[in-house]
Amino acid sequence: MTLKQVTRLLCAAAMSSALVSGATAQDKVVKIGAILPMSGGTASIGAHAKAALEVAMDIINNAHPELGSLPLAKNAGLAGLGGAKVEVVFADNQGSPATGQNQALRLITEEKVAAILGAYQSGITLTSSAIAEKYGIPFLTPESVAANLTERGFKWFFRTTPIAPDFVRIYDEFLTDMKAAGAKTDSIALVHDNTEYGTSVANTIASGFKEKGRGGVIDIAYAVNATDLQAQVLQLKEKKPDVVLMISYTSDAILFAKTMQSLDYKPPLLLADDAGYSDPSFIKAVGKLSQGVFNRSSWAVGPSGSPSAIIADMYKKKSGEEMDDTVGRQMQGFFVLVDAIDRAGSTDPAKIQAALKATDLKPGQLIMGYKGVKFDDKGQNILASAYIIQLQDGENYVSVWPKANGEKAPVLPYKGW
Amino acid sequence: MSFVLVQVIIGGLLLGAVYALFSSGLTLVWGMMNIVNFAHGDFVMLGMYVAYVVYTLMGGGPLLGAPLATLVLATLGIVVYFGLIRDIMKGPMLAQILGTFGLALLLRYSVFWWFGANFLSMPPNIVGGTYAFAGLRIEASRLLAGVVALLVTLGLHLLLTRTSLGSKMLAVAEDQTAAQLMGIRPDTMQAIAWAIAAGATGLAGALIANFFYIVPTVGETLGIVAFVTVSLGGFGSVPGALVAGLLIGVIESLSGYLIGAIYKDIVVYVLFLFFLWFRPQGLMGKT
Repeated sequence: MTLKQVTRLLCAAAMSSALVSGATAQDKVVKIGAILPMSGGTASIGAHAKAALEVAMDIINNAHPELGSLPLAKNAGLAGLGGAKVEVVFADNQGSPATGQNQALRLITEEKVAAILGAYQSGITLTSSAIAEKYGIPFLTPESVAANLTERGFKWFFRTTPIAPDFVRIYDEFLTDMKAAGAKTDSIALVHDNTEYGTSVANTIASGFKEKGRGGVIDIAYAVNATDLQAQVLQLKEKKPDVVLMISYTSDAILFAKTMQSLDYKPPLLLADDAGYSDPSFIKAVGKLSQGVFNRSSWAVGPSGSPSAIIADMYKKKSGEEMDDTVGRQMQGFFVLVDAIDRAGSTDPAKIQAALKATDLKPGQLIMGYKGVKFDDKGQNILASAYIIQLQDGENYVSVWPKANGEKAPVLPYKGW
Repeated sequence: MSFVLVQVIIGGLLLGAVYALFSSGLTLVWGMMNIVNFAHGDFVMLGMYVAYVVYTLMGGGPLLGAPLATLVLATLGIVVYFGLIRDIMKGPMLAQILGTFGLALLLRYSVFWWFGANFLSMPPNIVGGTYAFAGLRIEASRLLAGVVALLVTLGLHLLLTRTSLGSKMLAVAEDQTAAQLMGIRPDTMQAIAWAIAAGATGLAGALIANFFYIVPTVGETLGIVAFVTVSLGGFGSVPGALVAGLLIGVIESLSGYLIGAIYKDIVVYVLFLFFLWFRPQGLMGKT
């Protein structure tokens, strides 16, 4: 064998190994589990979330330089893992905490996911994250708000969304401003369902309002997915609260709007705690009966050409729906999780966990109106925040509070239909 | 008695009439052939979607949607009978349960696939108004559903007890072989029973669509109510379903208003269990 031949051979070997290793980096896929309600009473939420996560995958896996400051958008795949692609494994929680738990187990043991995102309903996040904790797999909830989720001393649990104590502050400041503008805000009725979400948010708000010196909170609870809500509306009609705060999923939110119209009940100020009132199908079904309802949201579409406006466009093309707060928070949570995996440069759970703990995103790197993303020891994002939006024309929410973010001034009293 | 309490009771009665309306089909099928149709709630759901499609495509409103939903569902009832029920009736009880349960999932997720998971609502139509008098408010759509519920229940009852068709159907229910010897075809009678039951259920769905939200999983919410109504009224008894429906509607409304909405289901089910303790065959069931 001549030297020339040896060199050729070596070159060929080097090239082929380079090709092979190149191929493995290209083929490398990071699997992330997403537990969502794909069936059951909140299936519309799951369908929207799936579209949102598919848009997010597109943004991460393909080059999107137009999205500028957004981490992961500029190049294709994850730079930290040699251009690896992200794949979401969707799992249906069927609206049941037990099913959510089984799905978490399946995602971890069979699908071997690097991390889990989920699970919309707080009650299901509660059970499924316990499995992730047991197996030492990072679990990030982008949207479940029950306070106790981050009070369990979990090491693998992270949450990007604002939570009930944040709502207390937001609603208290908002109502104070509305009072200054001439609205009566003395008595407040909390209308909520009996799920983990409904009861925990109502309890936190009731005790938080009490601390802030807001007495006279009326509690009206009902069973989720009600067949009839006349009794509750009649109770409201009789007690005449100045402010009604709705903590409801989509099905009940729609039935409340219809029942309020049929019994001719309009509270002076109707404020909704996100959830059902942010579902685009709520607006399509009964938006015209709910004109003037206020709602909590961390999403604002922003000027055209801005990253959030471009993403809203992509989402609309994918799903046919307008982007709303819930899918926005889900997409944001997913970006935070994948950003951590990218920085970890590995799919090793412990390294992802460490990277999540070190997360420090600035408002300019986010699609949502948070003041940033930074987790405390319990895994809660301490920079989460929200605006108040209003459904003034019955078709589109506009941001009305705080004033600095307001597209329009808030309109009172509640108009209804 | 305060106005509010009267309003609560009226609301409860109208609600109860609707419960009765969508339960009558379930009780009929049980009475005829001892089959519990687990797809019943999803028949209601299909009726709602037919009404919605008729309205959005043809602008027909409930006057066109209700009869069309009855027709479509009656046809589906016959198809389901010959395609599924006739065979699983020969099998063990478990086959019947799984068969109709599978049908429920097939229907639910077919609609899911076609229409998506979004909540829909009937656009304002001819029965969208509300009557107000003496401080009371009654929705036209609920009143219509209530009146139709009474008429349908009465009609079904008369059909079963006063006509030769009804006698033939009851004969088949009583003893298939003996009926066959008398020249009655059990197959035909049972197919007719399925057509009537499914048709009444479709009609119920079309009328409920006017004041409820429409979603593929709505059958889960409504199906449970139908089962409770039918077992309280007595499986197989059409007038029983009416009385039980009204009773449940009023108890739910009153307890929801007086004790708290979160407890209304507890009140209903405790009374239900207590009642079955003394009268396991239900209000008007056969022993």
